[in-house]
Amino acid sequence: MAYKKTAVESFAALGDPTRRLIFERVAARPSSVGELAKGLPVSRPAVSQHLKVLKEARLVNESPDGTRRIYSIDPRGIGAMRDWLDQHWSATLDAFKAFADGQEKTKK
Amino acid sequence: MSIAPIIRTVQVTAEPARAFELFATRMGDWWPKGGTVGKKHHVAVVIEPRDGGRWYERDEDGVEAQWGKVLAWEPPGRLLLGWQLDRTFAYDPDFVTEVELTFAPAEGGGTLVTLEHRNLERFGANAASHAEKLRNGWPTRVDDFAKYANAQ
Repeated sequence: MAYKKTAVESFAALGDPTRRLIFERVAARPSSVGELAKGLPVSRPAVSQHLKVLKEARLVNESPDGTRRIYSIDPRGIGAMRDWLDQHWSATLDAFKAFADGQEKTKK
Repeated sequence: MSIAPIIRTVQVTAEPARAFELFATRMGDWWPKGGTVGKKHHVAVVIEPRDGGRWYERDEDGVEAQWGKVLAWEPPGRLLLGWQLDRTFAYDPDFVTEVELTFAPAEGGGTLVTLEHRNLERFGANAASHAEKLRNGWPTRVDDFAKYANAQ
C-alpha cells in the first residue's frame, strides 16, 4: 500500500509544471540546485522545495559533491511508474467495460 | 533487469468481434477524459486499423498527440500496441513497450478482455538515454481517473 501511495505521489509530483521542468532538467543532466535555478523563473529556495518533493516521490536522488549536492534521476521511480500504470490500466479497463456493456444494453 | 508485466482482465457482455471493435475503433468514447497526454481533452483516440498504423489522440482543435503504434492488428482475437510514451509521458519514437490485448470467448457468453503491458524495464533504460528528448509531462492527476471511474 505504501508503494501505491508513492506512485500517486510520483504522479502528483509531476503534475506541477515547474516541478516537471526541474525533473526534465535533472533527467537530462545531473545538476546542483544552483545550476537548476539558473535559467528558471523561480528562486533557489523554490527549486530546493521542488527537489524535496521530487525526492520524496522517489523521482530524484541527491548525492554530495564537495559542498554542493547533485541531483540525479532515481531509478526506483520505475517501480512507482509500474504501480501507476497498474492503477491506470485498471481504471481504463473498467471504463471500457462500462462503455462496452452500456453499448450492448442500448442495442437490445 | 526485468520488471513483471501488468496483466488485467475484464469480462464484457459483447462477443469478441464486437468487443474488439468497441475497444479499438471507439477508444475516444470510453477512454477517461483527462487521462491523456494532450494539452486539451481528447475528442478522439485513433488506432489506425493495420499493422504499423499510428495510435494517437486528437483534441477539438485538431491537434494530435502520438501515443504509439499498432504492432499487430488481428481482429477479432488480438491487438498488439506499442506504447511509446516514456516515463515522463513524452512520446519517443525510439521507445516501445508492448500492450497486448486478447479477446477470448467467455464461458456462458461475452468476452474476456485481457491486457498485458510488458517490457516495463525499458522505462528505466530510456530515462537516461533519451533524457534530452523529454518534452511534456503528464498533465493530470490520478484522482481524475478515480473520479471518472467512480462516476461510471
